[in-house]
Amino acid sequence: MSPAITHVHLAANEASEHRGLIITLFALFVLATLGITIWAGRQTKDAADFYAGGRQFSAFQNGLAVSGDYMSAASFLGIAGAIALFGYDGFLYSIGFLVAWLVALLLVAEPLRNSGRYTMGDVLAYRMRQRPVRTAAGTSTIVVSIFYLLAQMAGAGVLVSLLLGITSDAGKILIVALVGVLMIVYVSIGGMKGTTWVQMVKAVLLIGGTILITFLVLLKFNFNISDLLGSAAENSGKGDAFLEPGLQYGADGTTKLDFLSLGIALVLGTAGLPHILIRFYTVPNAKAARKSVNWAIGIIGGFYLMTIALGFGAAALISQDEIIASNPSGNTAAPLLALHLGGVDSAWGAILLATISAVAFATILAVVAGLTLASSSSFAHDIYANVIRKGKATEKEEMRAARWATVLIGIVSIALGALARDLNVAGLVALAFAVAASANLPTILYSLFWKRFTTQGALWSIYGGLIVAVGLVLFSPVVSGDPKAMFPDVDFAWFPLKNPGIISIPFGFAMGWLGTVLSKEEPDAKKFAELEVRSLTGTGAH
Amino acid sequence: MAAEAPPPSKEQHKLPSPEEFTEVQESAEFGELRRSYRSFAFPLTVAFIAWYLLYVLLSNYAGGFMGTKLFGNINVALVFGVLQFLTTFLIAWWYSRHAAAELDPKAEAIKTRMEGGA
Repeated sequence: MSPAITHVHLAANEASEHRGLIITLFALFVLATLGITIWAGRQTKDAADFYAGGRQFSAFQNGLAVSGDYMSAASFLGIAGAIALFGYDGFLYSIGFLVAWLVALLLVAEPLRNSGRYTMGDVLAYRMRQRPVRTAAGTSTIVVSIFYLLAQMAGAGVLVSLLLGITSDAGKILIVALVGVLMIVYVSIGGMKGTTWVQMVKAVLLIGGTILITFLVLLKFNFNISDLLGSAAENSGKGDAFLEPGLQYGADGTTKLDFLSLGIALVLGTAGLPHILIRFYTVPNAKAARKSVNWAIGIIGGFYLMTIALGFGAAALISQDEIIASNPSGNTAAPLLALHLGGVDSAWGAILLATISAVAFATILAVVAGLTLASSSSFAHDIYANVIRKGKATEKEEMRAARWATVLIGIVSIALGALARDLNVAGLVALAFAVAASANLPTILYSLFWKRFTTQGALWSIYGGLIVAVGLVLFSPVVSGDPKAMFPDVDFAWFPLKNPGIISIPFGFAMGWLGTVLSKEEPDAKKFAELEVRSLTGTGAH
Repeated sequence: MAAEAPPPSKEQHKLPSPEEFTEVQESAEFGELRRSYRSFAFPLTVAFIAWYLLYVLLSNYAGGFMGTKLFGNINVALVFGVLQFLTTFLIAWWYSRHAAAELDPKAEAIKTRMEGGA
C-alpha cells in the first residue's frame, strides 16, 4: 500500500462535489470521438485506409495529429509535475522532447515516407531477408509501444484517483480497463483515419487548455516571468536552487550520469517511435511529410514552452506538501494548478479542474489509441502477413489480424498499467524513448544510409539494443529496490541508472556495425540502389 | 498545397526495373542530389546534437555558471533552455528552405523521368 492510495486527497474532496461535471465533460469527449470513429470506420475499406488513413491527410492536419500523438500524458502531467517538484531539472524533458524532432525532420521522415508503405518494418526489411527482419521490427515495435502504453495507463489511474475520489485498487483498475476498452474500440473500428481525427481533436483541446492555464498563471504575476520564477523558488522552500539544474539529478556522479543518459535517450528516441513513424504514411508524399513535421515542431515547441508556466506556476501557487500528498511523483500538479487558479473553494476552481482533467483524459485516450494502432499494424502487416502467411494473406485477412491484435494489446496494457501507477509518467515515457533509440533508430539510419548494412547487422542491432535496454530497465531502480519502484518490496536492482540510454543506445549502434562486418552474406547492391533512389526521390511511392 | 500537381497516384505508373534504379543511383544527377542532401543534413545533425549535449553537460557539471542570474530571476540555465527552442525552430526552417530550393526540384526531375518511362 503506498501512501498515495490511503491518503484522502484535498483535491479529491473538492472534485467529488463536482463529479457530475467532470463525468459529463469526459463523456462528451468520449461520445464525440466515438462518433468520429464510427464515421471513419465506414470509410475504411482497404488496408491503405486502415493503416495509413487513405494517405489523404493534409500536412497541417497530420502535423496536428502528430502533435496529438506526441504530447502524451507524460508531457502534460509528467513534465508539469517534474518541474513543480524539481524545478529546472524537469524542464530538460521539454527541451529533449522538442530538439529530438530535428532528427526526425532531417534524417527519417521523408526517406521513410518515400520508401515504406505502412510500418517501420517496411523500411527496415526493404533490402534484407524479409522474415527475420520483419519479426524483429514487429517485436521491437510492440515492446516500445507497450512501454509507452504503461506510462499512459499510469497517468489514467492517477487522474482518476484525483478526480473521482476513487482510491481503491479495484476502482483504479476498473478505470484503466475502461480506457483499454475504449482504445480497442477506437482502433479496431476507426483504424488510422479515425485515430488521426481523434488526435486532431485532442491536440486542439490540449493546446487550448494549456493556453488557458498559462494565461491565468501569467495573469497572476502580471505577465512578469521573473516574478513567477521568484515565487516558485520561494514557495518551493528551495530558493534559487529550484531555478538551477541539479535538484533532481545533481546529488552525485551517478545521478548526473542518469541525467546525461536521459538527455541522450530523449533526443534520439523520437525518430524511432513506431507510432510517430507511421504518421508519415498518412500524407500524400514526402514534401507533405516534411511540412507536417514543421507544423508539429511549431505546435509542440509552443506547448513545451508553456510547460514552464504550468510547472513553475504549480510550484508558486501550491505547497510542495500538497503536490506530493496528491501524487508522490507530481503527476497531478497540472490539474491541481487549475483548481488553485480558479479558487480552491469556488465553483470556478472545480470547473477548471474538471476541464483540465477531461483534457488530460482525452490526451491519454488519444495517445493510447495511436500506440495501439502502431503495434497492431506492425503485428498484422509485419508478423502476420509477411512472416506467418509469407505474403499470401489477403487484405481482409490482414485487417482482421490487426483488429484481433488490437484486442490482445489492449488487454496486455490494461494488466501492466495497474502495476505502474506511482511512477512519474514522464520518467516512464523516457524509458520508451530509450528502448526506441536503442533498438529502432540504429537500424533505421543504417538501412537508409549505409550501403554495406546486412540482415545480420539489422538483427543484432534490433535485438541487441532491445535486450540491453529492457534488461537494464528490469534491473534498475525503476522496477525494484526503490520506494517508488513498480515492486518496492523487493530489490534485485544492480544497475544504478533509471534510464539505460547511455549504455543501450551506443550498444545498439555498435551491434549493427559488428553484425554487419562479421556477416558472411554480401549486401544486396541492387536493392540498396533501389532503396536509395526511392528514399531520396519518391520514385514509385504510393 | 494548392500549387502542387494533383496526386499522381491515380495514373498507372511503370515501376522502374532494378537495372534502372542502379543506373540512376550511379548517375551524376543523382550523385548531386545525394551530395546536396547529405552535405546539408549530416553536418547540421552533428551540430545540433553537439549544441544540445553542451546544454546537458553544462547543466550537469557547470551548475554555478548555469545559475548565474542575468536579470531578475532569469538565469543562464533558463536562457540556454529557451535558446534550444529557438535554434530548433531555426534549423527546421533552414532545412525546409534548403530542401525546397535545392532538393525538391532535383528529386522531382528524377522521379518524373523514371516513372514517365523513356
